[in-house]
Amino acid sequence: MSGDEAVARGAWEAGVGVAAAYPGTPSTEILENISLYKEDVYCQWANNEKIAVEIALGASFGGLRSLAAFKHVGMNAAADPIFSAAYTGVNGGMVLVSADDPGCWSSQNEQDNRLYAPHARLGMLEPSDSQECLDFTKAAFDLSEKFDLLMLLRMTTRVCHSKSLVEQGQRQEHMGKYTANPAKYAMLPANARKRHVAVEEGLAALKEYAETSPLNRMEMNDRKIGIISSGISYQHAREAFGESASYLKLGITHPLPEKLIRDFCGQVEKVIVIEEGEPYLEEAVKALGISCEGKIYTTRQGELSAARLRAAFGLGESAETVSSSLTAPPRPPALCAGCPHRGFYFAMQSYHQRLVAVGDIGCYSLGVGAPFNGFDTAICMGSGFSIPIGLSKALEKQGDSRKVFGILGDSTFFHSGFNSLVDAVHAKANVCLVVLDNSITAMTGHQQNAGTEINLMGYQVPAISIRSMVLATGLPEERVLEVDPIDQAAMNAAIQKALGDKETWVILSRRPCALLKEVIKARGDLRCEIDPDACKGCKACTKVVCPSLTFDAKTKKAVISDPASCTGCGLCMQQCRFDAIRKVGGKA
Amino acid sequence: MITSILLTGVGGQGTILTTKILSAGLARMGYDVKMSEIHGMSQRGGTVNTQLKFGDKVYAPNIGEGEADLIVAFEKTEALRALPYLKKGGAILMDRKEIMPLSVLTGAAEYPHEADKELEKLVGAKVIPAGEIAESLGSAKSQNICLLGALVKALDLPQFDWEGLISQMVPPKTVAMNLAAFRKGLEA
Ligand SMILES: Cc1ncc(C[n+]2csc(CCOP(=O)(O)OP(=O)(O)O)c2C)c(N)n1
Ligand code: SF4
Ligand code: SF4
Ligand code: SF4
Repeated sequence: MSGDEAVARGAWEAGVGVAAAYPGTPSTEILENISLYKEDVYCQWANNEKIAVEIALGASFGGLRSLAAFKHVGMNAAADPIFSAAYTGVNGGMVLVSADDPGCWSSQNEQDNRLYAPHARLGMLEPSDSQECLDFTKAAFDLSEKFDLLMLLRMTTRVCHSKSLVEQGQRQEHMGKYTANPAKYAMLPANARKRHVAVEEGLAALKEYAETSPLNRMEMNDRKIGIISSGISYQHAREAFGESASYLKLGITHPLPEKLIRDFCGQVEKVIVIEEGEPYLEEAVKALGISCEGKIYTTRQGELSAARLRAAFGLGESAETVSSSLTAPPRPPALCAGCPHRGFYFAMQSYHQRLVAVGDIGCYSLGVGAPFNGFDTAICMGSGFSIPIGLSKALEKQGDSRKVFGILGDSTFFHSGFNSLVDAVHAKANVCLVVLDNSITAMTGHQQNAGTEINLMGYQVPAISIRSMVLATGLPEERVLEVDPIDQAAMNAAIQKALGDKETWVILSRRPCALLKEVIKARGDLRCEIDPDACKGCKACTKVVCPSLTFDAKTKKAVISDPASCTGCGLCMQQCRFDAIRKVGGKA
Repeated sequence: MITSILLTGVGGQGTILTTKILSAGLARMGYDVKMSEIHGMSQRGGTVNTQLKFGDKVYAPNIGEGEADLIVAFEKTEALRALPYLKKGGAILMDRKEIMPLSVLTGAAEYPHEADKELEKLVGAKVIPAGEIAESLGSAKSQNICLLGALVKALDLPQFDWEGLISQMVPPKTVAMNLAAFRKGLEA
């Protein structure tokens, strides 16, 4: 079972009643797996992480156990309710799950969300394998109720996506009751001041509990070196040092058990703290006046591994590797064959002299760099529509007449892009905002969003119309262009129109993701074929850089080298002046 | 004793299912097993690595450079890319199947077609034409199960009922073909 699956199982066993999340690798599978228990648990993909936390908070106020999950950067989006909900405390137990990503496997930064726990005044648990994911999730609900605290379960990519053996239990129902209590749940200044006292009392009590809790444990071996660690770092340390060191393995990492740490450090000759990311534990140990070492051996960057620790601490013989004179060609992820986003980027690349493009986070992020050089900046979800406002004003002041194009997807539009769009309209910014609407949240593995007709629970729901939302800003209809991105004539016409003046434009680039089940089904065996006799070898079709199509250097002709992946989208076909490419198959 | 295996291929080649079957089998044989996979961006035609460790007690789930006892590569250049992970004296099982990355399609990089020969020379890599075997059996998709057969043989664990496990874990319609591919892999 993966760590994510085990958290889902643990939450279900703990009797969770409501769970909400916004997808984000490596946290996505938590809610996907909780939704397997949808007869017991109400599950929802929220439009963003702030909303997910607020949905869970409402359920907690209502007396149910609730959970909200997000990737590390999602916690930034949700920070506002988290900091104040820490003061209100809970009615039904409430657990926040943050999935951090040291090494940036699928993220724009490698922030360490452990630092949120002392800052926001949360209790925090850190599991180090799948069994602990299940056990700690259950414990977190109990501790949340026992100490009236919001609990943070802090995971990392290797904990979320590693699989190990897990013993499971049964579900225990938890059904509280809603009772109004504004002094506890309405955070106006007078109430907040009192609640700040209450949360500190709760944390002090949790700290006392942590001193003797089985979630923290000492493993005494050789006492020359004592290692303090938590989460996956403990596993790396345990493997690298084996029994040549003693360990204080912390499961509760906020508040930290001061007496236990002192006790452990008193029993060993030298204290070493091993942790990924920030020196969170190291600084806490030093603040107790105990001398220890940590980050002088490893950096804040990247993941740890047993191999990295062996090298850093000079343990055993250094691992010898074999090297070859050949190098493997880079194989970064790329837009799929038939991806709608390719059509947009292919059309836009002809206008780079006349525009500056700003991107965002989604599958369309893969448009950055060669071959399409789709955009220059990408920061965080929604910024694809707000950075253009400031950037366009800067260009304007410099007498630079280029228009700024902002690019984001449907899920990102619902996440926060819409708010930025409203500001762009009110700023009368010289921008063209493009929604690459592929009818799904694709990057994270195809989750439903506000624009889909079915939700996570399987209910039929109204698909929210992005077009209607855009028109609600008061933009005139003639400046809101709806285009199929594969249709190059239409997409070129739309881009040219937007470049024709200094007004705010919106392009709705609409075509579903090529990997959607319904799309694959509707497509049948539709694909393109190249007639070798008609092909003149001009290479125009290869410019779309589709993984299904190659140029055969021997025959000097283009070929569909991977017909199984070709979707017959026809983007390459539109480039051929010799009618050598045609569509075949497909359902009549 | 811990055995560390790195499986590497290109998104869509079935490395993850192979690792799942292998780890389920090892767990049933009584080993402690940890498996680590990184997904997310890698689904979009990028390199996919899954790592599996088994033994009496496994701590860290992932494999560092110079730590893999065995590398199983589903694609020729992915074997080359994974080489730094190989332990000195470790083994490579690889398919000679070639999948062109975009960097080659656009002419930005060259494809080293001789990588299999080089790895045979350098570390005695064993080449299993699993892709070709799978195609001759009627579906390129069973390439991964064919490699599983070769892997089980390399680990010297053929006595377990792998065929029963495979039958449970692959899509029902593909059982017969996958079992045929598995047997070919065992013989290869
Ligand atoms: C605040 C935040 N939450 C979640 C993510 C994870 N994430 C990255 S891309 C993405 C989905 C983008 O979906 P969409 O805009 O529809 O584009 P698509 O991938 O479908 O092209 C998500 C949820 C993130 N990077 N930041
Ligand atoms: S998953 Fe869909 S949106 Fe993402 S790259 Fe592939 S086709 Fe494009
Ligand atoms: S554009 Fe047409 S003629 Fe030119 S290489 Fe492609 S298929 Fe051949
Ligand atoms: S039709 Fe052309 S562009 Fe579209 S998927 Fe097939 S080869 Fe690629």
